[in-house]
Amino acid sequence: MEHSATGRQQSWKTSRSMDLLFRGVTAACAAFVLVIMAGIFVSLVWNSLPTIREFGFSFLFSKAWDPVSQKFGALSSIYGTLMSTAIAMLLAVPLSMVIALFLVELAPPKVSAVVGNAIELLAAVPSIIYGMWGLFVFAPFMADHVQPLLSEYLGWLPFFQGPEMGIGMLTAGIILALMILPFISTVMRDVFAMVPDVMKEAGYGMGATTFEVTKDVTIRYGIQGMIGACLLGLGRAIGETMAITFVIGNSSDIFISLFEAGNSIASRLANEFAEAAEPMYLSALMELGLVLFLMTLILQIITQFWLKRVKKKMGGDLL
Amino acid sequence: MKLNAVRWMAAVAIATVFHVAAPATAALTVNGAGASFPFPVYAQWAHQYHELTEVQLNYQSIGSGGGIAQIKAKTVDFGASDAPLAKKELDEAGLLQFPMIMGGVVPIINVKGINAGEMKLSNVMLADIFIGKISKWDDPTIRKLNPSLKLPNKKITVVHRADGSGTTSIFTNYLAKVSPEWKKKIGEGKTVAWPTGVGGKGNEGVSAYVRKVNGAIGYVEYAYALQNKLAHTKLINRDGGELDPTIASFQAAAVNAEWKAEEGFAMYLTDQPGKESWPITGVSYILLHKQQSKADLAQAMLKFFDWCYKHGKETAEKLHYVSMPDNVVEMVEDAWGKDISAGNGPLWPVK
Repeated sequence: MEHSATGRQQSWKTSRSMDLLFRGVTAACAAFVLVIMAGIFVSLVWNSLPTIREFGFSFLFSKAWDPVSQKFGALSSIYGTLMSTAIAMLLAVPLSMVIALFLVELAPPKVSAVVGNAIELLAAVPSIIYGMWGLFVFAPFMADHVQPLLSEYLGWLPFFQGPEMGIGMLTAGIILALMILPFISTVMRDVFAMVPDVMKEAGYGMGATTFEVTKDVTIRYGIQGMIGACLLGLGRAIGETMAITFVIGNSSDIFISLFEAGNSIASRLANEFAEAAEPMYLSALMELGLVLFLMTLILQIITQFWLKRVKKKMGGDLL
Repeated sequence: MKLNAVRWMAAVAIATVFHVAAPATAALTVNGAGASFPFPVYAQWAHQYHELTEVQLNYQSIGSGGGIAQIKAKTVDFGASDAPLAKKELDEAGLLQFPMIMGGVVPIINVKGINAGEMKLSNVMLADIFIGKISKWDDPTIRKLNPSLKLPNKKITVVHRADGSGTTSIFTNYLAKVSPEWKKKIGEGKTVAWPTGVGGKGNEGVSAYVRKVNGAIGYVEYAYALQNKLAHTKLINRDGGELDPTIASFQAAAVNAEWKAEEGFAMYLTDQPGKESWPITGVSYILLHKQQSKADLAQAMLKFFDWCYKHGKETAEKLHYVSMPDNVVEMVEDAWGKDISAGNGPLWPVK
């Protein structure tokens, strides 16, 4: 980055003022993003001061949520956010990878174009549609067909016991997976498509099978881009609001069973913000927002570290 | 082709000019915001009134909490709330509160083989179900009250509102009145810490969950239950009356109530005396600033509310709401005369 920037500067020496202006404008725009971020952070902290003072760190570890007696804790929301996101990632990442590989490596160009477009179209469906579909179509299907099957064959696991209501943590996770699937698979497809043909041909030339080339060349080369794709999906899943609100069941309890209802930070905010009048109640909701903000930030930092390690270990040249 | 396009553009331009010019000559625009429960009837009233008088009334159903916040911040001309504000809060903000419309909340169930109105529940039983003490549909107490019904050995799934709502406020106020245990453990409010069950967003969320989950019980506004043909239960009220939810039973709850203007008409019509009184009836309120800055706007607003009281009854009933009794309307309009003023005097004739 450093080298190329100075290189460009030299070549633009002829129109220096224009260059300065351009540089100023772009820098200002970039700085604006930082200012907005800082603004959000400061106003979240400022508005959640009452509950930070009242509950301190216990806010994070208490699952009480009682607006009547003004006792608030974020634990059930944090758990629900992480759990639903984890289920979504667990389902969506492998599936997206397979889809992307099929589109790039195996499918005939015509099929690849049609399916690719269809996936991109899925990404444009508004989340409220997923929510309504989840509530009216998918949840009954889960209750009648999927959950009985799961409890019959996997019922010995505590995750698959409990009431077969159709709504709840598992359904929310699956809906989330469907929502982030198009994002992850589209980006992964582009990543795989960017792997130079020369590399792959070299693999084939050495007598490797399609599977081996995919495993040892395509995936290795594109690993960073793939992680980036997952990050994009993760970012969307963790803050998804409307669809989750409809199907997660909105209970303030924490259950091991994935059939039971739960709540996420975003769903709680969507449900309760409009009618929260008391200062403590509002402050608790603001602090939930702050927690979500920090969670996303921490995830970002962790993945950045991870990306660096992966780059060192496996190479790859896409980011 | 080209000529057509030009003509069309000219038409649009003319329409735009007239559209912009129109409000300048026409009457006032009143803005209100708040409770979602009375929204259908306010919208209808506003539409009818606009045709009669050219007064334009915009009502945004953003929720009671939002309505209270907006009127306090003076970003709207009137606010609306499903739960009454306490006198202290009204005085601090300089607000006048009066009742506008009433409605009922009804329990709805989804138990295989049991149709609307077939199951009877008592007040205490309903509270016990929502607290989790009665957890099966074939519980002895339910069986005793409904000997003719074939009750399944099915877990009861409680469905409550997940979003803060006036409906919940009315419902929990009722539960707190009829069950000391509920009052002590959970209390009342727009959102409470439900001891059991799942939460649906809005009336539509609750009814969707109840309809999908076998063995579910929930509560929704009467109009909503009726329009969506949900299976309600009968309730046995404090005086032993065995009731279906009807407009008449909501009205009966309002008759015996003692309204007090000086308390901001604050009133929960839950668990009211009388054999015919539906025990979960609620009132929706309007909030106005006592000191109005624009006399003509405030007057137009009061005239609109007066028209609603006097000519809006039929519309209200068609939408399954209950209009205010005449004696209450009189008290409300007295309060207008006494309390609402703009600079140099009252805006409504003082009696």
